[in-house]
Amino acid sequence: MAEAHPVGFRWVMKAKERGTKVIHVDPRFSRTSAQADLWMPIRAGGDLAFLGGLISIVLKEKAYFAEYVEAYTNAGALVHEDYQGPDDLGGLFSGWNAESYDTSTWQLERDADGVLVRDPTMEHARCVLQVLKRHFARYTPSMVEEIAGVPEQRLRAVADHLIAASGPVKTAAICYAVGWTQHSKGVQIIRAAAILQLLLGNVGRPGGGLMALRGHASIQGSTDIPTLYDILPGYLKMPRGGVGETTLDGWCATHQPRTGWWANSRRYMVSLLKAYYGEKATHANDYGFGLLPRVTKDHSHFHYWLEMADGGIEGLFLMGQNPSVGAQNGRLERKALAQLDWLVVRDLVEIESATFWKDGPEIERGELVTEDVKTEVYLLPAAAHVEKAGTFTQTQRMLQWREQAVEPRADQRSEAWFVHQLALRLQAMARAESDSSNATADRDAALLSLDWWYPEVEHGAIKGEPQTEAVLAEINGWRTVDRQAGRAAETQPGAVCALDRENHVHHGPQVAGFSELNDDGSTACGCWIYSGVYGPDGVNRAYRREPVGRYGHGWGYAWPMDRRILYNRASARPDGKPWSKGKALVWWDDSLGQWTGHDVPDFPVDKRPDTAADLNGEGVAAHPGDAPFLMQDDGLGQLFVPEGLVDGPLPTHYEPLESPLANALYAQQSDPAAGRFDRPDNLFADLGDRRFPYVLTTYRLTEHHTAGGMSRTLSRLSELQPELFVEISFELAGELQIEDGDWVTVVNLRSAVEARALVTRRMMPLRMGSQDGKPRVVHQVAMPFHWGSSGPNRGDVVNDLIPLSSEPNVSIHESKALLCDVVPGRRPGDRELLQWLEQRYPELEIARTGGVANVGHGARSASDDASEELV
Amino acid sequence: MKNERGQRHNYVERGVTVGFLTDPTLCIGCKACEVACKEWNDVPSDGGARAAIGSRSYDHSGDLGASTWRHVKFVETETEEGLPRWLFLSDVCKHCERAGCLEACPTGAIWRTEVGSVLVDDDRCNGCGYCVVSCPFGVIDRRGRPTAEIIGSIAGTAPSSGSSEAVAGEGGAFKCTLCYDRQVEGKIPACANACPTDSIMFGPLVDLKEYAQVRVETLHQRGVTDAVLYDGQEGNVNGIHAMSVLVGGSVGDAAGDAADLWGQPSNPTAPYAYLAASWSSALLTVVLSAVACWLAFVL
Repeated sequence: MAEAHPVGFRWVMKAKERGTKVIHVDPRFSRTSAQADLWMPIRAGGDLAFLGGLISIVLKEKAYFAEYVEAYTNAGALVHEDYQGPDDLGGLFSGWNAESYDTSTWQLERDADGVLVRDPTMEHARCVLQVLKRHFARYTPSMVEEIAGVPEQRLRAVADHLIAASGPVKTAAICYAVGWTQHSKGVQIIRAAAILQLLLGNVGRPGGGLMALRGHASIQGSTDIPTLYDILPGYLKMPRGGVGETTLDGWCATHQPRTGWWANSRRYMVSLLKAYYGEKATHANDYGFGLLPRVTKDHSHFHYWLEMADGGIEGLFLMGQNPSVGAQNGRLERKALAQLDWLVVRDLVEIESATFWKDGPEIERGELVTEDVKTEVYLLPAAAHVEKAGTFTQTQRMLQWREQAVEPRADQRSEAWFVHQLALRLQAMARAESDSSNATADRDAALLSLDWWYPEVEHGAIKGEPQTEAVLAEINGWRTVDRQAGRAAETQPGAVCALDRENHVHHGPQVAGFSELNDDGSTACGCWIYSGVYGPDGVNRAYRREPVGRYGHGWGYAWPMDRRILYNRASARPDGKPWSKGKALVWWDDSLGQWTGHDVPDFPVDKRPDTAADLNGEGVAAHPGDAPFLMQDDGLGQLFVPEGLVDGPLPTHYEPLESPLANALYAQQSDPAAGRFDRPDNLFADLGDRRFPYVLTTYRLTEHHTAGGMSRTLSRLSELQPELFVEISFELAGELQIEDGDWVTVVNLRSAVEARALVTRRMMPLRMGSQDGKPRVVHQVAMPFHWGSSGPNRGDVVNDLIPLSSEPNVSIHESKALLCDVVPGRRPGDRELLQWLEQRYPELEIARTGGVANVGHGARSASDDASEELV
Repeated sequence: MKNERGQRHNYVERGVTVGFLTDPTLCIGCKACEVACKEWNDVPSDGGARAAIGSRSYDHSGDLGASTWRHVKFVETETEEGLPRWLFLSDVCKHCERAGCLEACPTGAIWRTEVGSVLVDDDRCNGCGYCVVSCPFGVIDRRGRPTAEIIGSIAGTAPSSGSSEAVAGEGGAFKCTLCYDRQVEGKIPACANACPTDSIMFGPLVDLKEYAQVRVETLHQRGVTDAVLYDGQEGNVNGIHAMSVLVGGSVGDAAGDAADLWGQPSNPTAPYAYLAASWSSALLTVVLSAVACWLAFVL
């Protein structure tokens, strides 16, 4: 966190000064470890075993927060009679059909009214807590040492710290980033951490939680209002192709549960469609639901990139992304770019993805010839964040408005300008086509229906910039007006940015929050979870800068409804009183008859804590007054997940797709549902392949930003880390006779990368159980990945070493745990490199000259984290 | 004590002596201070010490010099249990109470400001380099062309390629100004302003000294028993205005071991220490020569 989020780490240091213990788990000793009280070296890929070990200790020693667990989680619920776990099935869960899971045996028992059957004693053999106990019993300290390389007394120390820092009077937080997500079982690693936090009562309470540290300034924003293919703003599901979701009713039947907050899905979807299509969205035409694109297959990054590699994609927009350096198996990805007819790159500098055709490694190696690359590249200069106004949404779900500090120079333009101008031109083209043929082509229907109303502002010499506040107003949502009827002759009180580009009244007053959204077309809202940020009082809450109180209300705006801590009903006991004075956040005030406290209650404000569940109620009305997890169907924290995950209702350790070790827990080696993309240009090393004896992990440096476009091009950052290096332990350097500062080559079945050796005691060989009576030692090497082939500060692309793979739930790749060899000296240059690789690894030649491409088991769906943190 | 960001002070008007206290127990080695310093003061790139990769850990700035006014030193060592210990110390000009550079400057280019900092006036510097050899900390230096390969810059603040191009201020002596221009405007120095963990504290020297004592005691109570204050009271500079807490030396040692670890003199001595002795010996030589001559004539 100090390494990649130094500004956020300010608060960790403040907490440390106040006595907080900081524990850091990382294969390498980083700048974070330097300030941690306890550093826990771990084998990359062993995280779930480590977390499992902690969960096992908490369960075995009954160190969990029993009252919290009983009341607020599904610990007492009964699991289906036919459920079987990995202990019974050699590492699989019941329902595996050799390709995917049937989740019917993962369901929880319900009574005739559909209400969960719960055992308040949590003693029933089939209740979730007992299932958990049995499931994690295998994660003994010796097993954790064997899998993760964490010795027992150190595991014990972490468990002691965590347990001591949890309970009614204390809380502990867990922060993670892509070191946990970029694994073939990444989602299940996070799940394990969530289970630990729920057991310890650290969710929905101040100082607790499970924090995803995001890779860029607005990655949270880019999932809230997504750049992902399978969700719409506010995490509404993108409709699937086929028969089920052709109509809005069909979509609701699939995605709108009767109970829990998502029972409101229809209101949010209709309001979103009204924002998209304006007056063209009517009750009669299903509010334009039919105009939305349909998901017909997996269109996540790797899937469409492979399609591109095979010549199936014509053109691509790259906006603020540099996959030539930042994406996995860079060699494959760069060659895929050369299959495009056209490519639009918008960036601050001429990044590698715009120059692959003239100075990429494939040109040097003769794999591509400049004259033969057909791709027409349009490089358009982008404005930087200080050159445009707008919001960032950070990891706490907080929107912060930033002002434009300086005018963009020359032809630099904001994304908003570009997208706005592109939309205007595309609409004009479609309109002209439709006018000339007197009919609208199907493909143009959505484009012509778009309500592209945004007013424009002038910035110096730049004309035609859409007004960013107007976009935020639309995101917040408003009441629609009947423009034809002339009722909107003048703007109404509470309306914000109400005039369109032609100065006609476009909409009515703002809504104050998503509770005002309707499903009858009377409201429009660009993203329901952000609703409230720019309400009828005309205050842009993202732009507030006067924090009051401990939680910073008054600074920015945290969705939903400025709640700083989600599910904060859990900060009070079931009876509505705080668990302790020090950790009081939100509580029931009987005299006022409502929830009150230091944060905005994340609960129906007047729902008494002793309210009974309404069996016929819809949405959260179906929940009792002590069910804090509103978004869940049952309002309970899910220790056991019956629906929503495709690779198991509980997390279990599997080895990475490339691993030096056999799975010590089960016969099943790796996550069975993970996708591997086996193809000649994406080979994996098999278990036991002694040619690749070392574990490779990758990371980011403070001095550079991801693919380097924003740092390798700046002298003041570049001179601080001028060269690619690989961190190697003294022990391994001794074995390989490498001196500090020597050139070495890191190589595997994807590519070879040369770097300077940084020989350091901050990398430590791990002792992991024993083999043939001798202690088994695993060496790990670590590389930052910021370098590329163009610009003033160049180096090999570390991501070329990483294969394309796909975590089953969100399609994230596995880049944090791989195999490699380390060879002293520089790699061969130019064309000799490929020959050298094929000589070392004959299967590469076989693959090139006619090996059978086995394009196999891809992943099912992508959402949330899938493509966000590719770089 | 905290860094007053966003508020204006009037130390220049009031003639308050100010300084730094740098605390490695709070430093995360992010180098924001180095970047902020170069950015605010328009200090050119010095290329990055490429060949030094590894041997200096994550440090590619090398040392303080004419084009590096803030420098974070990275020290890799070990705990008693054999686990890694990684120490970061952001170093800077000490703005000595009695400054060797200032006393050595023959053109009057180096002067002391209202806030007690030592400043070089580039317009009056003739590049003689006397100050360079007179600094006991090796801080001030004459700006040469970068020795390593130059990193280009799209911002146009550094030469774009090759080391044959001239560098702004080449040949002159440069060092930290304690952001004098910011002081005049009532702002805290760029490095302290940028430091995310307040490892670099800025303020009136008297307050810093008091805070430093408390801080070292607090660290001792927390078990950081090797924490010592490095304030230049040893030697002959009469104290420094940029103090540091040092760690990593022997417990109970008066900054000696720790100073060695960080490459700081435990006994900072400016050459004026030798002035009396050298003038005396010169005088003695003159007298003895005169006597010898006289004797030669007499005898």
